[in-house]
Amino acid sequence: MALARTHSVSLVGVQGHAVEIEADIENGLVALLLVGLPDTALREARDRIRAAIVNSREEWPQRRITVGLSPASLPKRGSSFDLGIAVAILAAAGAVPAGRLPGLMFLGELGLDGRLRAVRGVLPSVAAVSSAGFRTVVVPAANASEASLVPGVEVLAADSLAAVLTWLRKGCPLDGVPGAAHWTGDIGSPDETQLDGAGPGEAASAGEPGSTESRSGPDLSDVLGQPTARRAAELCAAGGHHLLLLGPPGAGKTMLAERLPTLLPRLDPAAALEVSAIHSVAGVLPADRPLLTDPPFCAPHHTATRAALVGGGSGVIRPGAASLAHHGCLFLDEAPEFSRDTLDALRQPLESGEVVVARSGVTARFPARFTLVMAANPCPCARATAGRVDCTCAPSARHRYLARLSGPLLDRVDVKVEFLPVSRAELLSDRSFTEPGCVVAARVQAARERAAARLRGTPWRLNAEIPGRELRHRFAPRSGALAPLERAMDHGEISARGAHRIIRLAWTAADLRALPRPGASEVSYALGLWLGTTS
Amino acid sequence: MNAKDALGRHGEDLAAEYLQQSGLRVLDRNWRCADGEIDIVAVDRRVLVVCEVKTRTGDRYGAPLESISHSKLRRLRRLAIRWVVAHGVLFDEIRVDAVGVLRSPSGEFTVSHARGVG
Repeated sequence: MALARTHSVSLVGVQGHAVEIEADIENGLVALLLVGLPDTALREARDRIRAAIVNSREEWPQRRITVGLSPASLPKRGSSFDLGIAVAILAAAGAVPAGRLPGLMFLGELGLDGRLRAVRGVLPSVAAVSSAGFRTVVVPAANASEASLVPGVEVLAADSLAAVLTWLRKGCPLDGVPGAAHWTGDIGSPDETQLDGAGPGEAASAGEPGSTESRSGPDLSDVLGQPTARRAAELCAAGGHHLLLLGPPGAGKTMLAERLPTLLPRLDPAAALEVSAIHSVAGVLPADRPLLTDPPFCAPHHTATRAALVGGGSGVIRPGAASLAHHGCLFLDEAPEFSRDTLDALRQPLESGEVVVARSGVTARFPARFTLVMAANPCPCARATAGRVDCTCAPSARHRYLARLSGPLLDRVDVKVEFLPVSRAELLSDRSFTEPGCVVAARVQAARERAAARLRGTPWRLNAEIPGRELRHRFAPRSGALAPLERAMDHGEISARGAHRIIRLAWTAADLRALPRPGASEVSYALGLWLGTTS
Repeated sequence: MNAKDALGRHGEDLAAEYLQQSGLRVLDRNWRCADGEIDIVAVDRRVLVVCEVKTRTGDRYGAPLESISHSKLRRLRRLAIRWVVAHGVLFDEIRVDAVGVLRSPSGEFTVSHARGVG
């Protein structure tokens, strides 16, 4: 038989598509032709696969080989098709029983020596395997634990092409990886979820699994002298609201932002899989603990490009920081220093909760529902704070500096907090008022549960996600509670959209205080946070 | 004659024999002109076949048929036209074939014939 078929997966964003690999061997000059919109990395597969087959002590068919990847219209990128192509060629040459191939998916890059190397995006690929009706997938051993996170698929791990071929010929076992049982016990046990307090810190995005066991991580109580800001962070964590921190250097803006994820509850299984899939495509998933259960924290540097922030890049489309912070926290330190284009690119994910990257031939979608935290100095010299007059910036420079943030982006930020320089006496006296992070986190968890219970039966889970129309009808605050808001609207201080955001904030404030509905005091508090005048 | 030339000569003999057995009629061998050389010129019914022969003693440097490059095939087409012009014979079609001859360590020869390669 001179024709054989195997299957693999092509990823577009975090969406996997089943790809059929056909290998045809016919007489002619010795050549390997690869058709079906391969990119450069895939075109290079011709040389990799040949070396891998020869070095696995297999015979390379000295004839004309055509490998077709279909659907032909879908661009295929990357090196994860190597294994599927190699097996298809050998099956077409009769070296491997082709009858064993139906129902199998192959993922993995081949080294020149025939070793199977890890590839990116195994988690979403295996999820696609499952939905395409395949029951068994062969993956590189280094990706095995990640692949086994997907329930209902038998995952076989191999470390070399030779091992896969031996298995296909003789059926001698490959390393099976335990399936669903592997992860269900691992996450979501509520008793240890929150009370342990200290969460991921900045570790999650850096590729280290954060764990609740490490109590030595950052804690909200470290942020001394800024009770208003601590309270605002709690509110944002509870309701998924966006936060702007304004203040002089050294007041604790970055410290506070880094501690925000520690207030968030651990991810539920569905969210954990979603977040892990994004990190898998980005190639930053830790191999030893592939399921990210802590909310991610992503802090791109202010020189980040638009592609780095929202996703893109040449070749394989990669998720940006906004998607890596999905279900977590995106922190933009020195926000006015970001280029305006870059910041404005965030408007789409802030509105829709996803990033759409369009390319010729494909459109990739990455989920990006994050809590945005921006930190900024009040002016370039950063000394223009209340009580200090030694700012050296020209008024026009100060105006221009913050104007970079103004407009549509700032309109989407719910809470604006101004940090004040802290005196030594204030630091000392505040020490007795700070609560440990775990106490605040427990309150956040309770508030989120209240909101989730109220929103049961709707697609939303956080107060920040409720659309304006629903706020007016189903989730209206207590009658009369809106008086402060109406006054502010009459004075033209806030827009209609602003009013909606304030009502959402008021709901979160009520949830934190375990009230059934927000009253006048919650609305005033929310109004103050929105206007940024509470300090 | 060098050992490699002798091997090549022997390979071409075997190839010519093989083509005859496959029903082709060999018209010319090692025809040379300013552009290069055609190993075997044969005729397959009304088709002119210009044939390149590659002989190898092992596949350490790749299979015989693998070493025929695109530029070689292009040159063979050009040479075919030169041959037709020089001999004044007309054919329906011109075809380029390749014959690979592989000598195994035990001294046996394997011949593979690829039709219409360029």
